Amino acid sequence: MRSGGFWGFIIGALLVGIAFVALGKNEYYYFAAYVILQSLIMAVAWNILGGFTGYVNFGAAGFFAVAAYTTIALNKYLQGLGLQPPMLVYIAAGAVVCGLIGLGTGYLTLRLRGVYFAIATLALAVVFQTLANNWDYVGGAKGSYILTPAPPPFFSSYIKYLFFVMLLMSLFAIIVSRYIVHSKFGRGLAAVRDDEVAAECMGVPTLRLKLISTTVMGVLMGMAGAPYPFYVTYVDPQSAFSLGIAVNAIAMPMIGGTAYWYGPVIGAILLGTAQEVISVTISSELNVFLVGVVLVSFVILAPSGLVGLVNDLRARVKSRA
Amino acid sequence: MPERILDVKSLTKRFGGFVALNAVDFHLDEGERLGLIGPNGSGKTTMINCISGSLFCDQGVITFKGADVTRLAAHRRTRRGIVRSFQIPRPFRSMTVLQNLLIPMEYAASHSGGTTEAEAREILDLVGFRNRANANSGRLTQVDMRKLELARALAAKPQLLISDEAMAGLSSSEVDEILDILFKLNARGVAVIMIEHIMRAVFRFSERVIVLDAGRKIAEGTPAEIVKDPEVEKAYLGV
Repeated sequence: MRSGGFWGFIIGALLVGIAFVALGKNEYYYFAAYVILQSLIMAVAWNILGGFTGYVNFGAAGFFAVAAYTTIALNKYLQGLGLQPPMLVYIAAGAVVCGLIGLGTGYLTLRLRGVYFAIATLALAVVFQTLANNWDYVGGAKGSYILTPAPPPFFSSYIKYLFFVMLLMSLFAIIVSRYIVHSKFGRGLAAVRDDEVAAECMGVPTLRLKLISTTVMGVLMGMAGAPYPFYVTYVDPQSAFSLGIAVNAIAMPMIGGTAYWYGPVIGAILLGTAQEVISVTISSELNVFLVGVVLVSFVILAPSGLVGLVNDLRARVKSRA
Repeated sequence: MPERILDVKSLTKRFGGFVALNAVDFHLDEGERLGLIGPNGSGKTTMINCISGSLFCDQGVITFKGADVTRLAAHRRTRRGIVRSFQIPRPFRSMTVLQNLLIPMEYAASHSGGTTEAEAREILDLVGFRNRANANSGRLTQVDMRKLELARALAAKPQLLISDEAMAGLSSSEVDEILDILFKLNARGVAVIMIEHIMRAVFRFSERVIVLDAGRKIAEGTPAEIVKDPEVEKAYLGV
């Protein structure tokens, strides 16, 4: 996509979002759109490490939940002081905490590649879940309630506000992801993904690039998780660390196509929408099944995702003509 | 007297109890062509891994252009001008041939004056890839992948190129093509260390040859001297 087209798309999405907030009546749609955008940010973030750098992170839910719990803890602390800070404070806190965890993950798993890295990230999520289960301040295993604040000016309800915040963050994540792909940094990441040893010998500082990549992923996942407690109003370790969040973060980029910045966006919108429709019209159990089936089919039939599939078809049509 | 570009002093590398390199000394002058030979398992690849920084040596000092690089990370050595190619080609498979060259250009050569896409095309010309710039690097033939290995190493603007068995398994005319590329490169002032099993190529190319056996340097001299050396004969023929 050319630069002009890209910024047109960003501004268009923003305008549609504003119109949706101003004109929409049925609140359900904001709840649904919030979930889809949340998955979109997670998918875009996952793809920076998984798709661009070639390191599969199975612990996405861990990052997400840590940010959610950062919000819970910070909210409880600030409420004790009689303060009610704006959403931006929670998002910044989640981003910083998860960015640091991303950096730490990078350092701890420096020598791990492939499946060992994936297992280490999964283990990391389990460690954090155990911590959350045993930390009484944030409710431990029985979870914690949070009160929905009054909607800020210009917003008729709090969910509209949450939706709009999520939209802004989604667009931010997409801009970051596209910028990375087209930068020197992104080309270095691609070299690491293709062959880390060769990359190092061609002058690419592989270690530094990997650390930046895990940190950026952490920051974006932290942003996605920070508003979650205000959305559900009740957070417990079971739901915050849900496997579904981790699986979606992997499935959406795989379905869309991991090599492109728009792959996870397409995957998240299609799969996220399908999940919402199915859980309303059929059952919420079936949507878990759907993710599994779709993911397996894509891994077998179209390993480079929808974008790759379309590119292949185009190339075939061209060679025939 | 030409200047010394590389000086290796008592280089030692152990893997557990196995001594892969045992106190090896050697040096290289600017613009020199050095052949490195030895039977399988004699430590040739370990040696270039230590010089290029893929492995750290246990003992010894490596000096490049007067600076100690013994503890420098591989990518920093590349930026200083020590560039290697791999025995088994390791192209960046998701990229085109040209994109493969742009990685070292952006990350390594930019630190020594910088290169441009025009220079990338010049390198492609040198290895005979003029029309292959946009070819998918993962789908090249073996000989083309070897050429890409060399081209990519050139793109990093080396002052010392270490070519690790660039010709293994190639036909005789393909060997000549690769030799031709290395000679052209050397004519531009790049020092070359060639690791090779094809003696015809090593002896034709090298001004000086070093022989390793079981981690030790057993002989050093001109190709003519090496062929006559009884130690070398023993190492290769076991008599």
